Amino acid sequence: MEGNFFYQAFVYLAAAVVAVPIAKRLGLGSVLGYLIAGVLIGPYLLGFVGEEGQDVMHFAEFGVVMMLFLVGLELQPSLLWKLRAPILGLGGIQVVATAGLITAIVLLVSDLSWQMALAIGLTLALSSTAIVLQTLSEKGLLKTVGGQNAFSVLLFQDIAVIPILAFLPLLATTEAVHSSGHETHTWIEGMPIALQTMIVLGVIVSIVLIGRYLISYAFRLIAQTRLRELFTAAALLLVIGITLLMTMVGLSPALGTFLAGVVLAQSEYRHELETDIEPFKGLLLGLFFIAVGASIDFNLIFQNPGLIALIVAGLILVKLMVLVVIGRVFGMRSDNNLMFAFGLAQGGEFAFVLFSYALQNGVLTSETANPLIAAVAISMALTPLLMLLNERLIQPNFGTKESVERESDTIDEKNTIIIAGFGRYGSTIGRFLQANGMQATYLDIDPNNVDLLRKLGLKVFYGDASRHDLLHAAGADDARLLIVAVDDSEKSLEIVETARKHFPHVKIMVRTKYWNDYYDMLEKDLLGVYREFSDVALRMGADALGHMGYRKNQVQRSLKKFRRHDEAYLKGMVDSRHEQKTFFKRGRQVIAELELMMLEDMEKEAKDKDLGWDTDGIVEEFAPLMRKIEGKE
Amino acid sequence: MKVLVLFAHPAFQKSKVNKILVDGLSELEDVTFHDLYQEYPELDIDVKREQELLEEHDVVMFQFPLFWYSTPAILKEWQDLVLEHGWAYGSKGNRLQDKLFMCLVTTGGPRQAYQVEGFHNHTLNQLLSPLRQTSVLCKMKPLPPFVVHSTHTMEMDDILDAKNDLHNLLNLLTNQEINVDEAGRYEYLNEYFVKQD
Repeated sequence: MEGNFFYQAFVYLAAAVVAVPIAKRLGLGSVLGYLIAGVLIGPYLLGFVGEEGQDVMHFAEFGVVMMLFLVGLELQPSLLWKLRAPILGLGGIQVVATAGLITAIVLLVSDLSWQMALAIGLTLALSSTAIVLQTLSEKGLLKTVGGQNAFSVLLFQDIAVIPILAFLPLLATTEAVHSSGHETHTWIEGMPIALQTMIVLGVIVSIVLIGRYLISYAFRLIAQTRLRELFTAAALLLVIGITLLMTMVGLSPALGTFLAGVVLAQSEYRHELETDIEPFKGLLLGLFFIAVGASIDFNLIFQNPGLIALIVAGLILVKLMVLVVIGRVFGMRSDNNLMFAFGLAQGGEFAFVLFSYALQNGVLTSETANPLIAAVAISMALTPLLMLLNERLIQPNFGTKESVERESDTIDEKNTIIIAGFGRYGSTIGRFLQANGMQATYLDIDPNNVDLLRKLGLKVFYGDASRHDLLHAAGADDARLLIVAVDDSEKSLEIVETARKHFPHVKIMVRTKYWNDYYDMLEKDLLGVYREFSDVALRMGADALGHMGYRKNQVQRSLKKFRRHDEAYLKGMVDSRHEQKTFFKRGRQVIAELELMMLEDMEKEAKDKDLGWDTDGIVEEFAPLMRKIEGKE
Repeated sequence: MKVLVLFAHPAFQKSKVNKILVDGLSELEDVTFHDLYQEYPELDIDVKREQELLEEHDVVMFQFPLFWYSTPAILKEWQDLVLEHGWAYGSKGNRLQDKLFMCLVTTGGPRQAYQVEGFHNHTLNQLLSPLRQTSVLCKMKPLPPFVVHSTHTMEMDDILDAKNDLHNLLNLLTNQEINVDEAGRYEYLNEYFVKQD
């Protein structure tokens, strides 16, 4: 059994590792790569994977749930509220119109009953959340108008699955087949409708409330342990817990986690959750696509190639037409509209669930359902190709030229400054920036700190800023400035190196602790390198001079001059530093440098600086003349 | 009357005459000695605080050594920031109305150098006219300057005499014994004393 598990894992992973890079290199995108890999290892080609591929697919559907959670995390509730028109309008019309049209066509071309036709229509109206979102986000199109609308439609479909599931059994024309398959029994099924509704609403409200008030507290406790894997475990626990809860009350798990994601979109742990769940989602989705590829029943297709091809073509064409028309009605410009329509013109993974559910409930017969399932799988596999076709051939010829530029990003944080480290040091910078109306995104590794500062209304996120994915999540792609204010020298070096490697356009200012760090950072040619105590120490020295009776403006000038001299001197030392290392052992080097500096200070700084205010020379030159004018001589 | 002395000397540590003139000023009753370079070593003047100080006093006195025929930098900064429109001048800026304004100026050169035909080609009052006009725009009543010339060549006795005159002047001002119209006729306020004696 175990050997079998490892064997399977090996086959799936190997297929992914081989096929996806090739597909990406060919410009086909990862989704198509996974699907092709699935077809290759499936029972009809190489035969590494047999019928158990179906089980893998059901397991891997969990990737879709995770994806919706991540999408939710990136959606502020306010933005979701703004999307209500496309969700209800576009989504509603798409489902109703497509279902109606398909039902009508089925009735026209076949002798199936209207109940069967309606079940087919409703099922085929849904598109594939997994393929569409993954492809769009890979192409960076998710935040365009077309992408947002596609997302709205998919979200509506996710919601629509619930009533469709409830409605399907009513369409049964034959005796229900009571198999022990994937029938979804929920514990509230037997209860009165009113109570069911109340329980469902209660669950949703409790997800919102818990997400809003309790989760942050729990995550803080977990983060305090400083065990990264525990945080990952907690994130997974959250997603799986919601999935279970939603399944128990008969709601779509994807919808539940999406909701949880939206609630947590404002949490300080948002970026950390994103980076933790992301790899799982990626792997599971990949697995899901492979499974879809592997599930394509080539035997069935070869038995009846004409019929299947006709169904696939019909399905895609009908959906495409409906989508183009409603896209037009909702005022999308042609290239966005085409992207939107080509993206959503396929059957979805819900079709597998709904068709098998319909089978169990005696709505459809397997002779009807199997070719349809095959057609849905093919249409899903064709989606990335269709989108490529649209991009390469259709849009360049028919698209509107002026809207080639991307719509502005409405989801991510817009702050162009990221401050890593929000302790006493970073918070001073942050307060100062904020006092001057400059908002920044803050990252900190100390959960207590984060919690406290969130209460003060600052946008502070928990996480390790030396991870490029977290910097990415914090908006490093659009940032102009990164301020590294952490007090751990090594961590600070790591952050600088990560940022330079992955976000070379971001300018960096860094706090340094010891002289060696200072030199290390100076060599990196950053925007600014700051020794953490030098200014404070100078100020204290200046105040001391003031208290000893020195004129304060004079002392301020001295301070500034000293600082300039000091910095110039240290910068000069960087070049000769490597030679010095051979002369002085570590530790001794600092003392030797200090000695050199103090000699330099006495030489250059102790001399009088403010000749502009000096009268000695004037008196010497003009006194005799003035005495003469005065008549004293 | 209460007198506000706004003192500006960027190199006070090198001063001879002003050091003696200033010494003891802050102990005088009804006189506030306000050392601007010491209060604002980085020129970051606290406008609100300065305006409050102005409102508490009846006489505003700029005390400074003449630098390049003008005030040291901080006094210009002070005017630029503190004398706000709508507060110090303009139809709604009446907060300085009827206060007395004067300058206490020290110069390195002698009075003879500050003549139209002299070394500097201008009288001191000509050179100080921007300050005078500023006070007029702010609805204040300008007095002639109190001037200490020849500081480069001054002997200690002369400095102490000048200090004595200054204290007398401050006495007259705080006791409201000065006749503003009468004093306004002199070129320097120093001469008003000579007539008084």
